[in-house]
Amino acid sequence: MNSPTRPSDRSECSGEAPASRRPSRLLLPALVWLGLCLVLPLFLMLAISFASRGTYGGVVWTLTLANYANVVDPLYVRIFARSVGLATLTTLLCLALGFPIAYYIARLPPRLQGIWLLLVMIPFWTNFLVRTYAWIFILRAEGLLNTVLAGLGLIGSPVDVLYSETAIVIGLVYGYLPFMILPLYAAVERLPVALVEAAWDLYASRWAVFWRVIVPLTKPGLVAGAILVFIPSVGAFITPDLMGGARTMMIGNLIQHEFLVARDWPFGSAIGLVLMASVLLGVVTYLRAEGPGARPAAGG
Amino acid sequence: MVRRTPWLLSASVANLCFLYAPILVLILFSFNASRLSAAWQGFTLEWYRLLAEDEALRLSVWNSLLVALVSTLVATGLGVCAAIGLERHPFRGQKVVESAMLLPLVIPEIMMGVSLMLFFLLVKLPLSLITVTIGHAAFNLPIVLVIVRARLRKLDPSLEEAARDLGATPWQAFSRVTLPLLVPAMWGSVLLAFTISLDDFIVTFFTAGPGSTTLPLYVYSMVKSGVTPVINALSAILVVVSMTLIGASLALQRR
Repeated sequence: MNSPTRPSDRSECSGEAPASRRPSRLLLPALVWLGLCLVLPLFLMLAISFASRGTYGGVVWTLTLANYANVVDPLYVRIFARSVGLATLTTLLCLALGFPIAYYIARLPPRLQGIWLLLVMIPFWTNFLVRTYAWIFILRAEGLLNTVLAGLGLIGSPVDVLYSETAIVIGLVYGYLPFMILPLYAAVERLPVALVEAAWDLYASRWAVFWRVIVPLTKPGLVAGAILVFIPSVGAFITPDLMGGARTMMIGNLIQHEFLVARDWPFGSAIGLVLMASVLLGVVTYLRAEGPGARPAAGG
Repeated sequence: MVRRTPWLLSASVANLCFLYAPILVLILFSFNASRLSAAWQGFTLEWYRLLAEDEALRLSVWNSLLVALVSTLVATGLGVCAAIGLERHPFRGQKVVESAMLLPLVIPEIMMGVSLMLFFLLVKLPLSLITVTIGHAAFNLPIVLVIVRARLRKLDPSLEEAARDLGATPWQAFSRVTLPLLVPAMWGSVLLAFTISLDDFIVTFFTAGPGSTTLPLYVYSMVKSGVTPVINALSAILVVVSMTLIGASLALQRR
């Protein structure tokens, strides 16, 4: 401990100690590690995105904007649009599926709340690949779904669900649903019951209670959940790689393809940065527009 | 009371079924005797026996454990120091540093993997278990930081102050009073970081070289090459291991 904290420093208000000192040296190792492994690589990527590809892969350091110009090629715009579309659909489905259970849990007695939240989280602790594989096992042509449906005599020939956009959305919803439930639960839990009751007492319809009381008051949770589901969905790689087909490429697959198959690092970097910049820009713009009151609480 | 509609309960139960059914089905069919179809043809432990004989699998498990162990130790060491530095020694511009440290939690994982790969290739560090470990420590560090810091914030500062008033040096006050109180949170974050490292696919995928196959990379290659009951058996084991580790982590964080 290098700069000892005198007791008087913190006595008036533990949250806001005087912020005049320089950062502690304890911070240094972590800063160096993250700087080297996180910040520097991202800047490196930024630099490479303005260079060009060598004949056999690698990087030739000539300044060019060609990689960014290539991103707007209709072929790639379509992949971006598909990613955003599937991620949006995933987010909406998570909202629709997550809201009832989040609401239900938040209105249970506290002891039961803990148990239900645990029940929601347990499947989530399973390896993502395993959870993806579980759906492949169910959805593939010779899979469980078709076996059961055929056994019941409901279908003559197998239904093809796997390797489609539908399969990707199922996989993403399954993968990220808990990210939606937890912040929603936290928001509903803070919602004063009296306000909902007042709306009922004033003869609001069920519809009006939901849209004009519950939704506006739980908006921070809705936004937090939407962000937590949308970001990993739009940049997903495993799900579209294993559950999608050749015609359902998403940005994550495109990035992987450019880096490991086409070996066009500059173009791959440009795509990745456009993805990251648009996600961050979208989130920041949204949070700004909503004002500080709508800032989502981190996690659940 | 709020009007409690029965459909809310049914929707919640249906939701839990959606979350659990695929995993339970997966485990159930790891005991299915049929190699090819998803129809039940009797109980067997054959697939688990095949797993036990798989040399490449055993190697990948060792690689994973090694990476998880070392990266967790590094992340915990650096993360605990950083948590104390941030929480006990406030400074100007702290907000900026704090948000930068949480960056790995918000940027798409694939970006982290790809940018790390570029970095290693450009500094001519051959992709190996070492590069994988460096990457894992980087994404685990903020997790340790968040958990330990939350615990530090909840500690009563007057405990350490009392020790100082009674003549303890700052180091004594820290190591004899604060540190013991942090131990459960540290164990909790160790287990969580260890599990996340064991489970990581994306960052590993981009930073691993030939001969540094970890368990998730091995599972990925198995799934890529086709569905077999052996994957079900392996998945069942992984489910149990992950849940045990995370359950222990949660119990320790709560203490």
